[in-house]
Amino acid sequence: MTFLQMIFYVFAAILVVSSLLVVTVRNPVRAALFLVLAFFSAACLWLTLEAEFLAITLVLVYVGAVMVLFLFVIMMLDIDIAQMRAGFANYLPLGLIVAIIMAGELTLVMLSGEFGDAELPRPAGHSADYSNTAALGRLVYTDYVYTFELAAVILLVAIIAAISLTLRRRPETRYQAPEEQVKVRKKDRLRIVKLPRRPEKRP
Amino acid sequence: MIPLSHYLIVGALLFAISVVGIFLNRKNLVIILMAIELLLLAANMNFVAFSHYLGNLSGQVFVFFVLTVAAAEAAIGLAILIVLFRTRRSINVQDLDHLKG
Amino acid sequence: MSRELLYLLIPLSCLVAALVAGFLGSRIGRVNAHRAAIGGVGLAFALSCVVAWDVFAGNHFNGTIYTWAISGGTHFVIGFLIDPLSAVMMVIVTFVSLMVHIYTIGYMAEDPGYTRFFSYIALFTFAMLMLVMSNNFLQLFFGWEAVGLVSYLLIGFWYERDSAIRANMKAFLVNRVGDFGFILGIGAVLALFGSLDYQSVFDAAPALADRTTQGPFGSEWHWLTLICLLLFVGAMGKSAQVPLHVWLPDSMEGPTPISALIHAATMVTAGIFLVARMSPLFELSLTALSVVLIVGALTALLMAFVALIQTDIKRVVAYSTLSQLGYMTVALGASAYSVAIFHLATHAFFKALLFLAAGSVIIAMHHEQDMRRMGGLRKVMPVTYVTCVIGSLALAGIPPFAGFFSKDAIIEAVHYSATPGAGFAYVAVLIGVILTAFYSFRLVFMTFHGEGRMDSKTRAHLHESPKVVTFPLIALAVPSVLAGLLFINVTMDGSLFGNSIVPGGVPGDIDMTAGGMLAHAPFAAPFWLAILGIAGAWVCYLWKPELPGKVAQQWGGLYRVLEKKYGFDEFYQRVFADGARGLGDVLSEWGDRRLIDGWLVNGAARVVVRTASLVRHVQSGLVYHYAFVMIIGLVALMSWFLFR
Repeated sequence: MTFLQMIFYVFAAILVVSSLLVVTVRNPVRAALFLVLAFFSAACLWLTLEAEFLAITLVLVYVGAVMVLFLFVIMMLDIDIAQMRAGFANYLPLGLIVAIIMAGELTLVMLSGEFGDAELPRPAGHSADYSNTAALGRLVYTDYVYTFELAAVILLVAIIAAISLTLRRRPETRYQAPEEQVKVRKKDRLRIVKLPRRPEKRP
Repeated sequence: MIPLSHYLIVGALLFAISVVGIFLNRKNLVIILMAIELLLLAANMNFVAFSHYLGNLSGQVFVFFVLTVAAAEAAIGLAILIVLFRTRRSINVQDLDHLKG
Repeated sequence: MSRELLYLLIPLSCLVAALVAGFLGSRIGRVNAHRAAIGGVGLAFALSCVVAWDVFAGNHFNGTIYTWAISGGTHFVIGFLIDPLSAVMMVIVTFVSLMVHIYTIGYMAEDPGYTRFFSYIALFTFAMLMLVMSNNFLQLFFGWEAVGLVSYLLIGFWYERDSAIRANMKAFLVNRVGDFGFILGIGAVLALFGSLDYQSVFDAAPALADRTTQGPFGSEWHWLTLICLLLFVGAMGKSAQVPLHVWLPDSMEGPTPISALIHAATMVTAGIFLVARMSPLFELSLTALSVVLIVGALTALLMAFVALIQTDIKRVVAYSTLSQLGYMTVALGASAYSVAIFHLATHAFFKALLFLAAGSVIIAMHHEQDMRRMGGLRKVMPVTYVTCVIGSLALAGIPPFAGFFSKDAIIEAVHYSATPGAGFAYVAVLIGVILTAFYSFRLVFMTFHGEGRMDSKTRAHLHESPKVVTFPLIALAVPSVLAGLLFINVTMDGSLFGNSIVPGGVPGDIDMTAGGMLAHAPFAAPFWLAILGIAGAWVCYLWKPELPGKVAQQWGGLYRVLEKKYGFDEFYQRVFADGARGLGDVLSEWGDRRLIDGWLVNGAARVVVRTASLVRHVQSGLVYHYAFVMIIGLVALMSWFLFR
């Protein structure tokens, strides 16, 4: 067993186990943390596939951003775990049947001999000065430039959508309006009232 | 060496596990969202593996875009979750039966 | 004035008169309405005379006035064919129509529908002129349907009467049967010849005489026989031949001038005109001629028998019309087309005369039509009496009245005809002669002779009709006397109709001139049969009035058959009317209410409701159910890809 194989099997095992835990643990916080672990091991697997840029991105984007977002949400919301867990295993048999059929069929395809070592041998690794990031960047900014722009637009839309969804105006909150304050003039605030002279008392 | 099929089997297992997860945690929207992230990860795993074994970087570009969309999806999904919680004080999917025919 | 304009003016003046009387009648008043109508028809008559003079001077015309549609190479046109046949028809139609218009002033004076009536009869004249002047089948059909429409309107003129409504519905429906055959015939013409123009059809016909087509049950049909039979079905409807005759007696529900104009003189002869016009086609099909001959002979004989026992004065004349139409049809079947048209012409005059005379009697009797309550009228109504006797003599075929020549020519033509069925037809028309004489003089004797059988109040008011009524009687009596004498020679030697009708039917070795026929008459059977008929009528109704009752008792079965008019009406009522209603009931109950409404319409709705109420349970509203279904669907799809 080579070193690479060892790394692969170790991290594959961690990935499978941690993802199993993601869907089974009681506490959503733990589930999120196991998800982090799963993403991390997936990144390691991708490193063995020489996809360094994506592996780093996965860690940065998912572990660094998305998962933090998940944790925020979980902690912000007051989730009744007990109620959530009620009838947890009701659909387990159906889910298992579906999953087993699916995994079985997929494995059947994988082991059908189309994807074995003989048919699709692992290519020789790149030399040390090869930069996966540079190669990917070249592709993204040439062949896939429009798609790339589109992805940027999708992210923008997602930002706007997320903000507009969660933004709420509270009518009871008082706000300052600085632009109004700056524009104020004397006549808006000051009113000179002429008061009648007090009538003299009669003797 | 590691054959391609092993990577693919890892992807398949991941996919099946997340499907089971959707079935198990049908009431908890947060976990469902996590399971969907796992589903996408399984798909990405296959993309990367094929990209490497076929010597074609396009697969990785695709993963790149999937990651982008998945991030956007997670953000919007969580935003919806928050709005939902605000209005109903619950994220129990069981309560969401307004579509009932 | 160009000829086209002249020809166009003839029908259009009638149409304009009809529109003026119809739409402006209430505004311009009764007198102006009848002035407009009579003016229009009078102009048409005058111009028709001009045209006739022109035609007999040798100027024939066949041309298109206006093309109103072209479809797949077929031209649909308004066109005129002006030849001796149409000229004769135009003169007859406009003359009788004019007389009837004048007569109507007197007859309908009291009627609230006065202007409407004038509008209808002017419209009728227009339609009939379009029919006879046409040079193509489609315009012929237009005129054909238009006269049918006016006939319908006029039979039901007194639409408050239930019987009138029934009669006009019956006339309309029976005519529809004929018209159905007619339009099928026109369709067959178009299919075979690819043209609707008379001339091109006639030119092409001899070459296509042997063309056959596949009939039902694998039978072979000659195209021309098929066309002729279908066209003749149309003619049977319009000209009231057995078995489509049932509408004509009932049409007497209409006002008497209409019975004279439409249901005796002109419209019902449209079928005769049609066959004469189509004579180049009929000549090519012996089968069709034979059918025509036998149908005509049956009509002539059977309807004459029914006329014997009718007591309504108008119905006697109506059945005599049927019988005389049968005579004309017999002549057609014997290929003596010009003789048929000749009889049509003389018959138009004397039958219009008889109807108008009957109308005059009816006015005097205060709309009493039963002859059993008449009698002795000759003293108070001398003009009506004399003209009626002239009409009856002409009808009976006594020389030298018009009917003698035309009827004798028919009998001779049938005698010498080689068409299959001619033997039977000959016997039928000979028996018809004696019956005709009998019933026409039965009418005269019962109405004008003997003791008056009306009540005293009516008797006190009896008087001769006004001049506006008697003038048309006199005007019609003149041609009833003279038309035969004047025109028999030119008809028989073929110079009258020229090549507009296929000549033939009468053997050349018989002297068919006026003088010859008159000289021959005392030695021929028809004359003596007619005398016998008149004598019989005299015996039965003047000398021994109790005789008819005894005969009726003696021959009770036969009498009842005649009284029921051979049961045609009952048969049609039972089989067609009740049958159609029964079928309609069944279809409405089972087809419409149960099948379509119950199963298809409501059933579809019920199925949808039931399905929906089952399927709505699928919509649990729980998002994860939908997710599960998606996933399971994905698995199924995957399995299918894998294992297919």
